[in-house]
Amino acid sequence: MKTGNLFRKAAAAPHILWSVMFIVFPLLFVIYFAFTDSYGNFTFDNITGLSGYTNTFILSIGFALIATVVCILIGYPLAYFISKTAPSKQKILIVLLMLPMWINLLIRTYSLMSLLDNGGLINGMLSNLGLPKLKMVGTGGAVILGMIYDFLPYMVLPIYTTMTKLDQRYIEAARDLGCNNFQVLTKVIIPLTVPGIISGITMVFVPSISTFYISQKLGGGTFDLIGDTIERQFQNELTYNTGAAISLIMMILILISLAVMNKFADNDEDGGIIV
Amino acid sequence: MKESTKNGNVIIKLKDIVKTFDKETVLSGIDLDIHDNEFITLLGPSGCGKTTTLRIIGGFETPDSGHVFFDGEDITNLPPYKRHINTVFQRYALFPHLNVFENIAFGLRIKKTPEAQIREMVKEMLTLVNLKGFEKRNISTLSGGQQQRVAIARALVNKPRVLLLDEPLAALDLKLRRDMQVELKNIQQKTGITFVFVTHDQEEALSMSDTIVVMANGSVQQIGTPEKIYNEPVNAFVADFIGESNIVNGIMLRDYEVSFAKQTFKCEDFGFAPNEPVDVVVRPEDIDIVPFTDSMLTGEVTSVTFKGDYYEIIADIDNFKWMIETTDKVAVGETIGISIDPNEIQVMKKSEFSGMFGDYSSFSDELDKLSDLSQEDEE
Repeated sequence: MKTGNLFRKAAAAPHILWSVMFIVFPLLFVIYFAFTDSYGNFTFDNITGLSGYTNTFILSIGFALIATVVCILIGYPLAYFISKTAPSKQKILIVLLMLPMWINLLIRTYSLMSLLDNGGLINGMLSNLGLPKLKMVGTGGAVILGMIYDFLPYMVLPIYTTMTKLDQRYIEAARDLGCNNFQVLTKVIIPLTVPGIISGITMVFVPSISTFYISQKLGGGTFDLIGDTIERQFQNELTYNTGAAISLIMMILILISLAVMNKFADNDEDGGIIV
Repeated sequence: MKESTKNGNVIIKLKDIVKTFDKETVLSGIDLDIHDNEFITLLGPSGCGKTTTLRIIGGFETPDSGHVFFDGEDITNLPPYKRHINTVFQRYALFPHLNVFENIAFGLRIKKTPEAQIREMVKEMLTLVNLKGFEKRNISTLSGGQQQRVAIARALVNKPRVLLLDEPLAALDLKLRRDMQVELKNIQQKTGITFVFVTHDQEEALSMSDTIVVMANGSVQQIGTPEKIYNEPVNAFVADFIGESNIVNGIMLRDYEVSFAKQTFKCEDFGFAPNEPVDVVVRPEDIDIVPFTDSMLTGEVTSVTFKGDYYEIIADIDNFKWMIETTDKVAVGETIGISIDPNEIQVMKKSEFSGMFGDYSSFSDELDKLSDLSQEDEE
């Protein structure tokens, strides 16, 4: 018994060491910097001074929300469609879906830029057709498109997984009790795949809200999102403390939204919310 | 062979149903009439096609050829939600995201029944299945027996004309299964709904059904009342599957006279060709032990097993192992005589199953086969 415990502890040691060095300590530093000034004195000024960044927060949350909702609207039917095809085809479709993820995020974003740019592929085609050019890079739409393009697979995969695990008997029972195909979807399949949707939301919303690269490249510098702001603060030694404060607030925001979503998922398992 | 025990109007008619999966024939020409208010059981071993037959009636499978009629109307290609039929699924398939009330109300909500009426009907159903006060309970907190009742209530609340039950009791323990058998039969009689019940458990079939349909290898072997199926099996498969049977080769000498085990016996069967080879069935409990000096058949006892209210004896008679159930105590190695009354002899035509069943010389194989049958049907 005792040796077993010892072994378990030994096995966990590398992970604990890793967590302490790269998660706990940095977190403590973030908290330390957030509550001190550049001379190391305790202060709330960094936090209170963040009111000037309210618009940045709202814009970031707004963009991330829109991207997440669009990812659900595209990703859910896509996952449903993939789960309905023959098993051999499903594998191919999933590989196709994952293929972009094998390519570096920066390269993907650059390639999207070269499509949307003023001198890019789409505008090139438009002007060849004698149509006026569209301004795409530098608009909010381009930034949101970038988020959707980069993070869509993270929405589809968890939903697809819960769908393939869904017991066919529930679907047969629903049809038996009078559901047409649409009702089977709304009354049974969607409620039973909520856990997949929740993890999809988490996996799209969190990276969307903290991204800086996408907004810099596709926003053309027009949009200042939280990620951009944090990055800028840490490029200058004098604003480390502000950067730490923004990071801390963003972490708290993400934690709150995750907690809310998990609560929602738990309630759903108890039955009752969705009828 | 197509007789049924109820004379009411035919509600479901299967006509020459053929179904194959991956080139394997699962049903080869099923004909079946199901009557109003009938408790009919599809009985057979794993893979005999009984579940597929049920799924075709429910609309979850489409036959390759043949037709399904409901009240005379062809419903072969009608989707399940348009049929006046509901199903109690194997392992219930209750919706985990809904509580007991909402599970039962599910079908009514789809039909947009007014809320007050839903509440009343669900309450009525919960009373019928003895689950009063369970409305708010989560499905995962229910025992197997309770889930079973919810599944029955969820199907019956829609007032179907026909209720399909796919091995509904298979997952319950023996005691609960006995109780549920009685309860199901009561519910069927109270509601007057036609029940189509699928099981591999012959005892369950015998005790619950008005009509039993014995199936094997994708076709119907015999349709009849439990008494008829038990007392007058049409072939070796039915005789062996329902209860214990000694099945021996015989020759039908002429009407009312059959020869087996090198002796000639009076019997009650007729209508065979002179000297036609036949299978003869004698149930173990119909054999009497008599002093061997008075008997046409004598043999040596090879095994005696105490079964509580009787002894199960295996006796070697003319190189054939007979099973005898008796209250007389005999010893292994003893020579006994047996006597069989004419009305205890059932003569059957030879069939594809002849010679496969009914000999107790390989008793352990028999046990293996029984344990196979009691495994859950995973068609």
